[in-house]
Amino acid sequence: MRTNKLIIQTPEGICLAQQLAGPVTRFLAFASDLAAIGVISSLLAQVLLLTAIVNPDLALAARTVCYFIVTVGYSILLEWFWRGQTLGKRVLKIRVVDAEGLRLRPAQIVIRNLLRLVDLLPAFYAVGGICCALSPKFQRLGDFAANTVVIYAVPEKIPDLELLFSGTLNSLRGHSHLAAQLRKSISPGEARLALEAVVRRDGLEPNSRLELFRQLADYLHPIAPFPEESLAGLTDEQYVRNIVDLIYRPMVGG
Amino acid sequence: MIVDLKKFIASERATWEELDEMLKRLENQTITHLTLDEIQRLHYLYERTGAGLIKISTFAAEPNLVRSLESLLIRAYAEMQDVPSSATWSPRRWLFRTFPQTFRKHFRFFLAALALTILGGLFGGGAVAFDPDAKAAIAPFPHLLENPSQRVKEEESKPNQMLATAKGRFSATLMTNNTQVSILALALGVTWGIGTLILLFYNGVILGAVIFDYVRAGQSVFLMGWLLPHGVVEIPAILIAGQAGLLLGQALIGWNSKESVSQRLRSIAGSLVTLISGAALLLIWAGLVEAFLSQYHEPILPYQFKIAFGLIELLALLWFLIFAGRDAPPRVISRH
Repeated sequence: MRTNKLIIQTPEGICLAQQLAGPVTRFLAFASDLAAIGVISSLLAQVLLLTAIVNPDLALAARTVCYFIVTVGYSILLEWFWRGQTLGKRVLKIRVVDAEGLRLRPAQIVIRNLLRLVDLLPAFYAVGGICCALSPKFQRLGDFAANTVVIYAVPEKIPDLELLFSGTLNSLRGHSHLAAQLRKSISPGEARLALEAVVRRDGLEPNSRLELFRQLADYLHPIAPFPEESLAGLTDEQYVRNIVDLIYRPMVGG
Repeated sequence: MIVDLKKFIASERATWEELDEMLKRLENQTITHLTLDEIQRLHYLYERTGAGLIKISTFAAEPNLVRSLESLLIRAYAEMQDVPSSATWSPRRWLFRTFPQTFRKHFRFFLAALALTILGGLFGGGAVAFDPDAKAAIAPFPHLLENPSQRVKEEESKPNQMLATAKGRFSATLMTNNTQVSILALALGVTWGIGTLILLFYNGVILGAVIFDYVRAGQSVFLMGWLLPHGVVEIPAILIAGQAGLLLGQALIGWNSKESVSQRLRSIAGSLVTLISGAALLLIWAGLVEAFLSQYHEPILPYQFKIAFGLIELLALLWFLIFAGRDAPPRVISRH
């Protein structure tokens, strides 16, 4: 089955998921790397041009060899030293990893990069692009042979719930028996939905944000029947945030 | 039941931070080997973080926290499952042990590559023998289309002026082009070996056509003097790259293997890199010899000298590939 996640089931029974990078993101990273290779090659050519004063033949030979080494070695060396990242992959926040979650080996890096020669055939990365688009794990031929995948490498920080609710007064906290009833009757799925809405609210379009919190508030009202006076003046978003606060931070202030 | 997230994070944060710190040190290779106590601690932190992930996934599931712990655990999992190599990499050991041992370990694929090239050579020679016009279709370079006798006469009467000032550039071009062909021979193995088979056969066709053309024209000595110094290294190098390509093809097909494709590919990864690196190394030597020796003919360099040089190289290469590293046990690359 095609999924945009790399799922790793550990022997301890833990299921770990990482988001896979799709063909477009990978192509953009490759385009950035091509630009970097162009810049590095040009700089080297300029430097080597200076040696032409001493020996023009040697300068041209060195330029040919250096261009070849940069073209072939750029991705190999950077992925080796930066643990699966090149400049382009750093910019796009993606990383090469072992397809089974193991440590990435130098041999895997070399193979996936040497096999790029076939992925580039017949032109414009056609073979690699088609394979990547059709593969369940977005793998090009080089990835398949090397047992690697490319994932998003955005470092996830441990969220700070204090920041999420800082500077707000929760008018529902006074009804401790209703709050306890809420925690008892709400399902983990419903609580998760409300929490996720609060966490992601800043990324929503204004109209979508209003509509989402209106629907959530309508849904939560019957589960948590707080008296009307405690809800007076609360927007739908404030109401949902206060509900989430009561669920996930039951001990704050009482 | 819904977990009190604030309390949960407060109680577990120290564990996650300690695990993260330990992983950073391992990943950056600040520490390469852990003591028994450190291994036990790493395992404890890994299991405790895993238990925490299961708990919040089931009862709370704050998405960023779940992703954060998954990201931490996946790094820990990679380190926990890894079997670090006990020996450091040495270029000398790689060249005189690992490379020839790997070559011999997968010798049947080299034989297959050699047989295919010979088959192509017979086809190329036969094609030129029966249809002289076939030469134009086969020859990849214009100078191979010339009449061999005419070319020998020109080379011997007028030394190549271009080489006097461009030996280095010529040598570099040969090295890079041949290395690219070798990489292609390996990479085409991903087509279940079919691409590698075609490439090796085509190389054989060109070689066979050229050899037949020169032998028929009575220029065998010139041909040997021209091809042997670099060819005895260049051709085996391409065959070794083909050997790697066929090995890759076999791993994908998996004849007589009960392992999964990924297990088979994983087990040959080191061999592929060793073979292609060895081939590249041989091609550097071949490129130097071709530019600085092969292109000089009589009266500058006697053919007997060039032929003898080529034969000595061939013997040395054969000795190296057959006998080097025989007394040393092969290095076991373990992973699972």
